[in-house]
Amino acid sequence: MIATRPAPGPVEEPSARTGDRQFRVLLATMAAAVPVVIGAILVALISAAWPAIHRFGAHFFVTSTWDPVAGTFGVLPFIYGTLVSSALALLLAIPLGLGVAIFLSELTPGWLRTPVGFFVELLAAIPSVVIGLWGIFVLVPWVRTTLEPVLKSALGFLPLFSGPPLGIGMLAAGLILSVMVVPFIVAVSTEVMRAVPSGQREAARALGATGWETTRTAVLPYARSGIIGAIFLALARALGETMAVTMVIGNVPQIKASLFAPAYTIPAVIANEFTEATDDLYVAALIYAGLVLFIVTVAVNALARLLVNRAARGPSVIRE
Amino acid sequence: MAVITCGCTLLVLAPLFFVLVFLVGTGWSALNWDFFTRLPGAAGETGGGMTNAIAGTLLLISLAGVVGIPIGVLGGTFLAEYPAARLSQVTRFAADVMNGIPSIVMGLFAYVLIVLPMRHFSALAGGVALGVMLIPTVMRTTEEIVRLVPHSVREASLALGIPQWKTTLRVVIPTAAAGIVTGIMVGLARIAGETAPLLFTAFGNRFWNWNVLRPTAALPLQIFAYAISPFDDWHRQAWAGALTLVSIVLMVNIVARYAASRQVKSR
Repeated sequence: MIATRPAPGPVEEPSARTGDRQFRVLLATMAAAVPVVIGAILVALISAAWPAIHRFGAHFFVTSTWDPVAGTFGVLPFIYGTLVSSALALLLAIPLGLGVAIFLSELTPGWLRTPVGFFVELLAAIPSVVIGLWGIFVLVPWVRTTLEPVLKSALGFLPLFSGPPLGIGMLAAGLILSVMVVPFIVAVSTEVMRAVPSGQREAARALGATGWETTRTAVLPYARSGIIGAIFLALARALGETMAVTMVIGNVPQIKASLFAPAYTIPAVIANEFTEATDDLYVAALIYAGLVLFIVTVAVNALARLLVNRAARGPSVIRE
Repeated sequence: MAVITCGCTLLVLAPLFFVLVFLVGTGWSALNWDFFTRLPGAAGETGGGMTNAIAGTLLLISLAGVVGIPIGVLGGTFLAEYPAARLSQVTRFAADVMNGIPSIVMGLFAYVLIVLPMRHFSALAGGVALGVMLIPTVMRTTEEIVRLVPHSVREASLALGIPQWKTTLRVVIPTAAAGIVTGIMVGLARIAGETAPLLFTAFGNRFWNWNVLRPTAALPLQIFAYAISPFDDWHRQAWAGALTLVSIVLMVNIVARYAASRQVKSR
């Protein structure tokens, strides 16, 4: 009698297990969508850019002629514009961003930390087209009438600050990009600096270090790999930023030593010319440029994430 | 050091302050009833509004939500419920990387995927571009929130004989719902301001459009078109559009932030 009665558990279990399995497969499919989409972007861009890849190959990167009428496409001026404007942005954003991060993680009393961090986040939340609008009507006139004349009179002997002050150009683009990437440096650096164990700071203090010495000798070296990761994250943002840059850089494909001169970036040329591209090779060339941007930003982001994750997980593994 | 870093902070926050001051100062005077109720005027003419662009942005965001929310929420639940699975580790990293892919590249992707086969621009293509961008944000916030659900809640449900899948769907996700919705709102606010992925997908439209297979207007596209135009009245309207857009984005962010801090406190 007892032996013949089926236990309630095993009877129900198969259906419940099937349900569980199916549900897990559903969730896993959704989770798998992310790596699949990244792969799909790569495949889609390569296939759409194929005519240009086939035609220009590696010459694409060293040719500085961009002539849709003649069917000659080279992205050298755009690569130059993208790299220099991003470098300029980082040059300004790194010291400022680290300053804010030190302020937030080491000096700020708790009640001030949350609102200041919130405002920095808000800066990142403003749409880039709005920053660009402000750039056109406020920043560019200021650069033309104030910043560039001052730089020219002080440092005009350098080729970097030569030429007429136009307002629009590389300098304005670098400035606006620095505004847009600094929140990323602040957010990630603050996080990794706060992850530094307080024992480090206390040890430095116990040895008689001042506040600044503590930060410099105990906190910064510990957080170094995370800070470098933060900088790479910001770099990836700067390389791919489109609207605000398009609106202030002047959009002229040229390589000039002067920061006052107009320039052009890869995202900007795609944004401006894509809908006007009439023939297939022109479209393929623009997508080829987009493919390059995609590969570079994915690589920079992946590197950044590895560094940041390592720093956030446990600083002990990165000790020298 | 305190002075220098405090100076850095003020310098970094100064652009936020200046942008907001100019936005309110210039945009407020340009906002009027016409702006919200009328179609764009002809080039060079004074007057007209952005009513179709505001509607277009709502349409695009809805489409993006349809694409991005289910994938983001369910995928994020997987990351939280099976944190050690190989797939979770790969996806977590991939989502972080995807977050940093330039928005213009997402536009190219949607162009190749949808505009090329269909041979014309459409709201659908724009919605897909934005929806793909929404996925990593929603997924990572969902993961974080679902992880906060105490194990005792899951165990209580499992102890009652409720299968795992039902526990996740009917107990864990509802417990985390408020936080998930907050994450979705922040994600939607972020993509609402995106312009670059729409340039050659949604394309823009001077008229009303509710057909997802036709090109549609969008607030950020209209702001961009007006900002680079040579007309003073359009510049004025660009500021008004920007003020509208930023008000929505910032409001959602502030409300979400407030809601999130309330939830953390209540735990």
